[in-house]
Amino acid sequence: MVTSTVTPKTIKSPAARTAWLNGRYPRVAAMAVVLVVAASLPLVMSDYRLFQFTLAYIYAIALLGLNLLIGYNGQFSLGHGAFFAIGAYTTAIMIDRWDIGYGWTIIAAGAICLVVGFLFGIPALRIEGMYLALATLALALATPQFLKYHLFEGWTGGVQGIVIDKPEAPFGLPLNPDQWLYFFTLAILLLAFVLGWNLVRGRTGRALVAIRDHRIAAQSMGINTALYKSLIFGVSALYTGVAGALSAIVIQFVAPDSFTLFLSIFFVVGIVVGGLGSITGAIYGGFFIQFVPNIADAISQAAPWAIYGIFLIVFMLVMPLGIAGFLAILWHRLIMGRLASDGNEGHPTET
Amino acid sequence: MESFLQQVVSGLATGGIYAALALALVMIYHSTNHLNFAQGEMAMFSTYISWSLINAGVPYWIAFFATLVIAFAGGVVIERLIIRWVEDAPVLTVVIVFIGLLMIFNSVAGWIYSYDIKVFPSPFPDQPIQIGTLYLGPHDVGAIAVTLIVLAILFLFFRYTSLGLAMRAAAENPESSRLVGIRVGRMLGMGWGLAALIGAVAGMMVAPIVFLDPNMMAGILIYAFAGAMFGGISSPGGAVFGGFFLGVTENLAGSYIPFIGNELKLSVALVIIVVVLLVRPSGIFGKVTVSRV
Repeated sequence: MVTSTVTPKTIKSPAARTAWLNGRYPRVAAMAVVLVVAASLPLVMSDYRLFQFTLAYIYAIALLGLNLLIGYNGQFSLGHGAFFAIGAYTTAIMIDRWDIGYGWTIIAAGAICLVVGFLFGIPALRIEGMYLALATLALALATPQFLKYHLFEGWTGGVQGIVIDKPEAPFGLPLNPDQWLYFFTLAILLLAFVLGWNLVRGRTGRALVAIRDHRIAAQSMGINTALYKSLIFGVSALYTGVAGALSAIVIQFVAPDSFTLFLSIFFVVGIVVGGLGSITGAIYGGFFIQFVPNIADAISQAAPWAIYGIFLIVFMLVMPLGIAGFLAILWHRLIMGRLASDGNEGHPTET
Repeated sequence: MESFLQQVVSGLATGGIYAALALALVMIYHSTNHLNFAQGEMAMFSTYISWSLINAGVPYWIAFFATLVIAFAGGVVIERLIIRWVEDAPVLTVVIVFIGLLMIFNSVAGWIYSYDIKVFPSPFPDQPIQIGTLYLGPHDVGAIAVTLIVLAILFLFFRYTSLGLAMRAAAENPESSRLVGIRVGRMLGMGWGLAALIGAVAGMMVAPIVFLDPNMMAGILIYAFAGAMFGGISSPGGAVFGGFFLGVTENLAGSYIPFIGNELKLSVALVIIVVVLLVRPSGIFGKVTVSRV
């Protein structure tokens, strides 16, 4: 990718303009606009809407982690609901039993998931593709069973789950709890975003993609595939665990039946619809999982999941590369169109 | 010892259901090159169609074969209308389309037939079969037999007819097949038709045991998937073995390991399978894929 350092005023030729449009500045500008809009939403929205948006951001954090694993590294996981559950339960137990501040519990949840994910990633090195899907599927299936298991009931609260209190805004900020959690989640999403972006743009990201595209070639070029693969499993679990911890705080409740196989499947749906191997795709995916079921419900009360299924199929037929892929193609066409229309004198060979 | 044997036998009975569906999954994998997640829901929907026919007074076996015809046609239609458009898309895109189909079938079945559990008739006699001190359910035996017969026919079809060969070729290597004159689109359509048909057989055989409701297949399909993977997705015999193994292990672990009980028996079976996969990453009987670098 060309990242031009020229400012708009100095752009002369159409080619330079294209390079500029493809470069960093339009993205940064778009991100700034999105951030300003996101930060002003609490002024205009009801608390319930804000709660829904907060959840969409939480899903986006989880999807970001899953996309690092599936989209960038090509390891298929149908079990990330398990890490979401581990994060949520870590937070809930720490708050409920030991009265620890919620900020610390999120860090603990992330750390635990990093370790568990890394350890799970080591045996996962042996298996690939559909077999890995099965192994992770087993993880997702076993999670609710373990959470309900009677020997752990003293910790997990069994089928009943754990109820926790919603935190108040700190430092006397003039925000109600919903608004505070909205900003809190937005900040963590931003952090997750920047870290993820840096991870995939650097040496690590190139190694991950090389492993995805051709493991043997990557290995022969000196990339430690085993280390990177298990490490990215851990990092991906960390993201998902943090998201799970946030969800426990925002929803104020954890119970085994919130973490069924369907959660894991929705995560995969989210990253594919949002866009595989795309950092921004996670955001579109988060909004998709949060809001499309509501839309489907509004269209047909009788068979909402049929509507949801139709949405999924239509999305995939129209945008096989997900929303992010679709937008990238659209943006590319737009630039190319501009180049063709005002670039005639610049390219005499085209006559 | 006797109770141990009885546990093994009842494990084999449930394992038979898993084995049948696992085998169906493997067969479909051979004729479409996809693991179809919507398979179970398609089977469930076909079973509802035969339930409607039987309730309308059609004799069992006529309804049975009519359902097979309808299921085959439905499978072809789905492939030609939806799946063909994502044939060249990334694998995960196809998987999402399958999940979409799964949701549509599940939701529409619930909408038309309601989520109430319905009794589905069995064509086999009621008296249990007694061998020594062991009791076998006649429907269990009959269901496994019917499924195995259907799958034996399919195996012969794929192995020994030119149409079967063409279908396998179209699934495995569409470009080369097209070059030698195989109508690839038509073959894949037929593959889906057959997949729906096998599913319909399995559905009608399973329904008298688990009862008919829109969610009846979800759990079974996961077991079948695990069984197929355990045996190796490239090996039909392995899939059967995997299904039976899963049923027996689940049952024995539930009754003999005290702290496991019913709560964790599924987890134990899955853990065993994952551990085996770690040792044999392509399943017990599966071919190890060799790729050219």
